[in-house]
Amino acid sequence: MALSEQSTAIAVPKLGAERQSVGARLLGTSAFRVTALVVAAFVTTAAIVVGVLFWQTNNLLTRHVLQGLSQDRLALEEVWRGGGAQTLVGAVAARSKTTGPGAPLLLLLDAAGTKLAGNLERWPVELIDKPQGGTFAFGTGEGSGHSAVGVPVMLPGGARLLVARDLDDQSQLIDRIRRLFLIGFGLLSLIGLAGGLIASRLMLARVTQITDTGRTIMAGDLSRRIPLSGADDEFDHLAANLNLMLDRIEQLMSAMREVSDNIAHDLKTPLSRLRSRAEAAMRDTTGSAAHADGLARVIEDADAIIQTFNALLLIARLEAGAVENSSETFDLNELMHDVAELYEPVAEEAGQRLSHGTGAPLTVRANSQLIGQAIANLIDNSIKYGVPSAGEDAEISVGLTSSEQDIRITVADRGPGIPLDDRERVAKRFVRLDQSRTRPGTGLGLSLVAAVAHLHGGRMLIEDNAPGLRVVIALPSSLRSSRDGLQ
Amino acid sequence: MRVLIIEDDNEAALFLQKALKESGHTADLAHDGDDGLAAARDGGHDVLIVDRMLPKQDGLSLVKTLRAEGVRTPVLFLSALGAVDDRVKGLKAGGDDYLTKPYAFTELLARIEALVRRIEPQETQTRYQVADLIIDRLAHRVTRAGEPVVLQPREYRLLEYMMRNAGQVVTRTMLLENVWDYHFDPQTNVIDVHVSRLRSKIDKGFERPLLHTVRGAGYMLRDGSV
Repeated sequence: MALSEQSTAIAVPKLGAERQSVGARLLGTSAFRVTALVVAAFVTTAAIVVGVLFWQTNNLLTRHVLQGLSQDRLALEEVWRGGGAQTLVGAVAARSKTTGPGAPLLLLLDAAGTKLAGNLERWPVELIDKPQGGTFAFGTGEGSGHSAVGVPVMLPGGARLLVARDLDDQSQLIDRIRRLFLIGFGLLSLIGLAGGLIASRLMLARVTQITDTGRTIMAGDLSRRIPLSGADDEFDHLAANLNLMLDRIEQLMSAMREVSDNIAHDLKTPLSRLRSRAEAAMRDTTGSAAHADGLARVIEDADAIIQTFNALLLIARLEAGAVENSSETFDLNELMHDVAELYEPVAEEAGQRLSHGTGAPLTVRANSQLIGQAIANLIDNSIKYGVPSAGEDAEISVGLTSSEQDIRITVADRGPGIPLDDRERVAKRFVRLDQSRTRPGTGLGLSLVAAVAHLHGGRMLIEDNAPGLRVVIALPSSLRSSRDGLQ
Repeated sequence: MRVLIIEDDNEAALFLQKALKESGHTADLAHDGDDGLAAARDGGHDVLIVDRMLPKQDGLSLVKTLRAEGVRTPVLFLSALGAVDDRVKGLKAGGDDYLTKPYAFTELLARIEALVRRIEPQETQTRYQVADLIIDRLAHRVTRAGEPVVLQPREYRLLEYMMRNAGQVVTRTMLLENVWDYHFDPQTNVIDVHVSRLRSKIDKGFERPLLHTVRGAGYMLRDGSV
């Protein structure tokens, strides 16, 4: 009980620390940093654009107001010059009645400072000592605090005229723009940052999934795979690729384990046979002829072991892709016929017929020695294990077909074939089916064929020849040399 | 025949030297790349046996240097690396033949003998004869005791190669490499079947066989027993 309490006490702060670090990690993710950067850049650009626009609008409006003012002033001065004080009073009174945006603010005072006409009540304090004019505040009845811009006009005889315009429309517009601007930018930043947080959270979740799986695998559980979200996005692609890589690693690991087990068995058995032969020869008392005979057998055994070893080494190198690019351009059809021809007499001696059609030339770029070895292995297998039951036609047929999808080298016999369950197994190293155990062979023939096909980007297919076995080396059509067209 | 063995494994080199002496040849030893290069430059050897992996200087660069200096002595590479591409690398570097360790001494002997013969200008010869077996390379005709022998194209090339190396052992791999141009392991002794077919065509019905099997080594074409 005490123990469990203690462990809880330890676990709690650890959990808290974990949560905090998740938050810190969220802000520290590259996704969030990128979003924040983009938002900042966007807001700055927008601020510059809107700022310039704002300044321009303000300028335009001010210019508009000033133009109106000077027009009013010129018109009224004209009236004064034409009709004198009385006409001006009438004109000012008439103009003061217009309302609406852009309506003039006017005030005509006589020399004593008494209002003669106009819609302003008094001379603004701000303009008392300013003959060049300027802005001032005025109140129209209840609505006070409006600002206006005005120009005083001194009339001969001491009368004064103030021509002004209300600036309220302009300042309202500018206020509205400013407010919209601030709200808009605030919203933009908030949404952007929130989006960044959400995006980085989502990404972090996926990345954490991958990292966690990686950690479990490193801890030794090679069977773990990264779950896919099903969204078919770049994370799924990454995960799928990593999973494929993991599949391959697992395959290689288990193959390696199998090989070391098999080496232990399949190389130690002939080695111990060799050893007992040597011992027997040494013990033989019948003389040097018996010794020579024993030694010859020992050499035979050693050769068989070397053969197995060479094949193993070659397969290992092929599977590791360690064979350097030793491709050459050659006629695959010719190679196939040459190899078939090499085995023809052997097949005949075994009571089988080896048929290989004429076929058209097919120029490919590949490793001819390895492909030759693969075809040889298949024919050799068919001669050794493809013997049909009595009365059946003992034919081994070797063929080459080329289509747009692939190039297929086929070796088929009329023997017992390979049961469906064993087909995948036989391509593995040292796998020999029970019925072939007693015959000579290394158990590496098909593994080598599969490795050669793999190295060239193809694969080995084991099929039913009904009856018999058909093995296909399917090579990608990209091996076809460009000089050759489709057949 | 004077052979230079450039091999860092002393025991293997001594064994090779002894075996070559027993076969009537003389052999000098060099234990690393630099010594080997110096000894090979001196000349006077009929053939060089060079290990691929050597201390100080590897076999490939040694042979490249020799070839660049114009030394044309035939070279047989020995290597534990047997894969197809390694052989190609050896030949590209200027080697004349390539043998993978472990090897049978008979194989090595047959190969170096063939290498030394190769530099003698025999290629231009249009007619070979062993006893009453004649091959006329211009007419593409084979006769035994005046009677024409009908051969398949591959059998003809097999016989041609054996006639050119008459009196010398040719191994199965040598036949596979030179007549078929295959450098891979055919699993079964396919060559035996081809040779026995050829034998039945040239020797059958004649009192003195010409095509002999050399036990543990290969075949030999000669007048008289092995």
